[in-house]
Amino acid sequence: MSKHHVSTTINGEPAEFLCETQQTLLDVLRDELQLTGSKEGCSSGDCGACSVILDGRLVCSCLMLAVEAEGRKIETIEGLAQGDTLHPVQKHFLEAAALQCGFCTPGLLVAAKALLDRNPNPTETEARYWLAGNLCRCTGYDKVIRAVMGAAAEIRGE
Amino acid sequence: MSTLSYTAPSTIDEAVRVLADSNGGAKILSGGTDLLVQLRSGRIKPAMIVDVKRIPGLIGIREENGGFVIGAATPCVLLTEHQALRAAWPGVVEAAGLIGSVQVKGRATLAGNLCNASPAADSVPALIAARATCVVAGPRGRREVPAEAITTGPGQTSLARGELVVEFRLPRRPPRSGDAYLRFIPRTEMDIAVVGAGVSVTLDAGGICMDARVVLGAVAPTAVLVPEAAAALVGHRLEAETLQRLDAAARRACKPITDKRGTIEYRTQVAGVLARRAAAIAFARAGER
Repeated sequence: MSKHHVSTTINGEPAEFLCETQQTLLDVLRDELQLTGSKEGCSSGDCGACSVILDGRLVCSCLMLAVEAEGRKIETIEGLAQGDTLHPVQKHFLEAAALQCGFCTPGLLVAAKALLDRNPNPTETEARYWLAGNLCRCTGYDKVIRAVMGAAAEIRGE
Repeated sequence: MSTLSYTAPSTIDEAVRVLADSNGGAKILSGGTDLLVQLRSGRIKPAMIVDVKRIPGLIGIREENGGFVIGAATPCVLLTEHQALRAAWPGVVEAAGLIGSVQVKGRATLAGNLCNASPAADSVPALIAARATCVVAGPRGRREVPAEAITTGPGQTSLARGELVVEFRLPRRPPRSGDAYLRFIPRTEMDIAVVGAGVSVTLDAGGICMDARVVLGAVAPTAVLVPEAAAALVGHRLEAETLQRLDAAARRACKPITDKRGTIEYRTQVAGVLARRAAAIAFARAGER
C-alpha cells in the first residue's frame, strides 16, 4: 500500500510528509519530522503529554491520525518561543520551578497557551479544570497553576 | 507494511457506498478518541478507515423549526460553546461537557459516544431523555430513529452494514421545560461514569409535571429509559414523596454489574440518588422559563 502524502501547516510553516494510515500525528511529528518536543505518555488520550493545537483547538496528537492533518494548522511546543524569546507560560514555568522530570511539561505548556489564547483571565478553578487532561506524576500541579496564573497576569499586562 | 487504508469521502452517499462495499471491514472515524485507542491496542483490526469529518454538514449545529440539528461529527466542545443550545438543552450540553479532558472534547463526538456503545457513555442518557432522534443514512436511503434504538449492548449497535448516523435532532422545547444530566465518579474530572442519570421534564403553570423522561447510564448493558420513573413524576410537583417514588422506580430498573468502579448494590443505590438530584435540577430549570 502506498503512503499518504499530507500537506499541512506546522507552527506557521508549510510542511509535507508521507505516512501510513495507522500512524498518529504524534508518530509523524516525532519520528518523521523530528519534532520531538511532543511526548508519548499513554497513547490513549489520558495524559496530555502529546498535546498540540489543531486549528485553534487543544487536542491529543496521539488520538489523531497523521493523515487527518491534511490542510490543517498545527501548533506544537516547538512553536511557542519566538526565537530566543520565551512565551510567557514558558518563562513563568521556569520562574515558578513548575517542573521536575519535565516529561509532562511540553503538553502542559501547550495546554496552558491554548487556555490563555482563549481566556487570559482564568480563575484558578478554570485553570485547574482546563489542565485536568495533563497528568504530572512528579506532583507539580500547585507550581504549575501558579505559573499559569502568573503568565496570565503578564499577558494581561499586570 | 500495513494494509490499513484510509478514505475521507466528501458526501454521505460516497461514505455509504464505501461502508457497504467494505464487507464489514471498514470503521468510521469521527472524533477518533475511542477508535484510535482500539486500533492501537489491536482490539479492532479494520481494513479501512472512513473519515467522515470532510463531509459538509457532519460538523456543525443549526436551529431548525425551533429545535436543533447537530452534525454527527461535531466535537463536544462546539456543543459547550453554543449559547442557544445551552439555553434550550442544558442537560445535553452538560453531558457532552463531561466527556474527557479539554483535549478529548476537542475531538470526541456525539455519534462516536453513541456508536462506540459503552454502557457508561455520558451523552447517551441525556440524548435519550431529550427525545433526540438520529438520522441514519444507508444503502436504502435515510431513516430517523430514536437515540435509544441505536445501542443494543456493549459495543453493539442496530446499524446495518453501510449505515452511519449523520445527524442528531433535538425537538422544539415547550415552555417550562428543563433537562439535567448528572454523573457520579469518585473525583471531579477524567473518569468513567459509575452511574449517570438524565432527566427531562415539562411543567404546567402551577409547577406540576406534565411530561418526563428519566434515563440511567452505566447500570445495564445499554442506557435505560425508565418509564416507571417518569410516571412517578408526571402529575406531581417536586415533593419528597414524588422523589421517593422516583428513587424506587430508578433502583428497580437497574441491572448493573460489579466491577472496579462499583458493586451492583452501590450502583443501584446511587442510581436512585442521582435520579432524584437530576430531577430536582430539571424541575428548577423548567421553572425558570
